[in-house]
This record gives sequence, C-alpha cells and structure tokens, in this order.
Amino acid sequence: MIDKKWLGYELPVSTLSLERGRLRAFARAIGETDPVYVDVEAARAAGYPDLPAPPTFLFAAEQDSGTQMATVEAMGISLDQLLHGEQGFVHHRPVCAGDTVTVRTRVAEIYDKKGGALEFVVMLSDVRNRQDELVAELRGVLVCRH
Amino acid sequence: MTTFDPAAVTVGSELPALAIEPVNRTMLALFGCASGDLNPVHLDLDAARRLGLPDVFAHGMLGMAWLGRLLTGWAPQSRLRRIDVRFQGITHLGNAITCRGKVVEIRDVAGERCARVALSSSNQFGQLKIVGEALVSLA
Repeated sequence: MIDKKWLGYELPVSTLSLERGRLRAFARAIGETDPVYVDVEAARAAGYPDLPAPPTFLFAAEQDSGTQMATVEAMGISLDQLLHGEQGFVHHRPVCAGDTVTVRTRVAEIYDKKGGALEFVVMLSDVRNRQDELVAELRGVLVCRH
Repeated sequence: MTTFDPAAVTVGSELPALAIEPVNRTMLALFGCASGDLNPVHLDLDAARRLGLPDVFAHGMLGMAWLGRLLTGWAPQSRLRRIDVRFQGITHLGNAITCRGKVVEIRDVAGERCARVALSSSNQFGQLKIVGEALVSLA
C-alpha cells in the first residue's frame, strides 16, 4: 500500500523554457500540421506572440525534470505497476515559445479500489508564467496495479 | 482550415473525425523525446520484456494529444477552456486510432457560453481507448 504520508506532499518545483524547436518537434510527433503550431508568421497572424504550445504540451515540464517519476518511485510504485488513469488541463491563458513556466504539484488524494488491488494517486498542478500569472492547471491520476 | 462559427454549434454537432495512421515505433520515439516521457515501456522492447510486457505500447498522452488536435482542428485553441480524459485501454502498436467529438450540452460556465464536447478515441476494432470531455467557448 502507498503510505498515506504522501498526502499533501509537494513535488520539487519544475521549470520549463518553451523553445520553438521543441514545440515543432512536439507538433511533428503528434502529427499536427496546422501552420499556427509550426510557422511563427502563421502564429502571429492568429494573434499569438510566437508558436503556441498545443493543449497537452505542458505535461512535458515534469517529464523533463523527472520529478513525477521520482515521486512515483519513492512511493514504491514500479514501472510495470504504473498506469496513467486520467489527465486534465484547464487553460487560463496561452503559453508560447519564449515563455518560461513554473509547475508546482501536490499529491491531493490517495485511495484504493477493489480491496486494494488498484491504488490511485491524484496530483494537482499549477502552471505559472514569468509574470507569475496562472496559465494552466493540471490534474493527473496515476494508477498502481497490484 | 475552415473558419469556426460559434453560432452554428448546436447540441448534437459532431466534430470532423480525426483518423491517425497505425501506431509504429517511430511515432513513439518521436513522442517520447518531444514530450519528455522516456518511460522505457514506450520505447525499449528489451526493457518492456524485462518488465513482463509483450511489447512497447503508446503513451497515453500521445492519444490525448490527438484528441487535442481534434479540438484545435475544429475551434481555435484560444477557445479551449479545459480538456479532461480517462484512459480506458492500452493503445498497442498497429492500432489505428480515430478521434471523435460531439457537442452534448451548451451552457454558461463562469458567465461564458460554452459547448461541452464528449470525446472518444477508439482503434480499428472499435475498442475504446480514451473517453473524456472538453469545454470550448462559444462567446
């Protein structure tokens, strides 16, 4: 069982600088060909200061920093037990190439189902830009199979 | 790209479906690097086998990103207020995913007229992989 001491745990803060090349690589990886996501002129014509991050891109911040996986590991969950159960994004304002975001995540819930055969860890994140404006909120549910 | 007309959106409106080519290892390698998710269960067959898995499988977040494309291909991203999904099943190599969306409700959220869009992605065998919903501003 995952120790309930993790409830309320705040993960180390992650910072991600958004770069055009990374955003173009992400667009390519997901098959996104809309010029708004790859062509700076098209992005500006659409009202963005630079290439916008697609709706799910900000998940990358804690993948790059490794904080989420390190936390999962510290909880005693191994890779073969781990599943991504749910994910959500609330968008408050656009994030574009040239921005730097800071992600703060806390463990909001830990619960189990099926007599403990499945355990769930809910993580909530706030994402802020350099002006300290809230740009997005993330909610992730990780599942541990026993 | 066709222009989005919020006035034309009604309950029952369907988003143009998005068909994705069958999942292959290159797609997973590209997504692993671009998303920062280097979990070996998506990238390294040997590591996957050591963990008792028959093969690598697609990142859940790749499937969610395709649903994001479905939405931004329909309405500009600046209208997307939220997207929430539940991963229902593993997407295997060779799975050809189709993403679908349908407006199920139009209501005011925080004083803004929004469309609630039911989302799903399934493979060529009709197996559901992701379900979810999104909120898109019609203001």
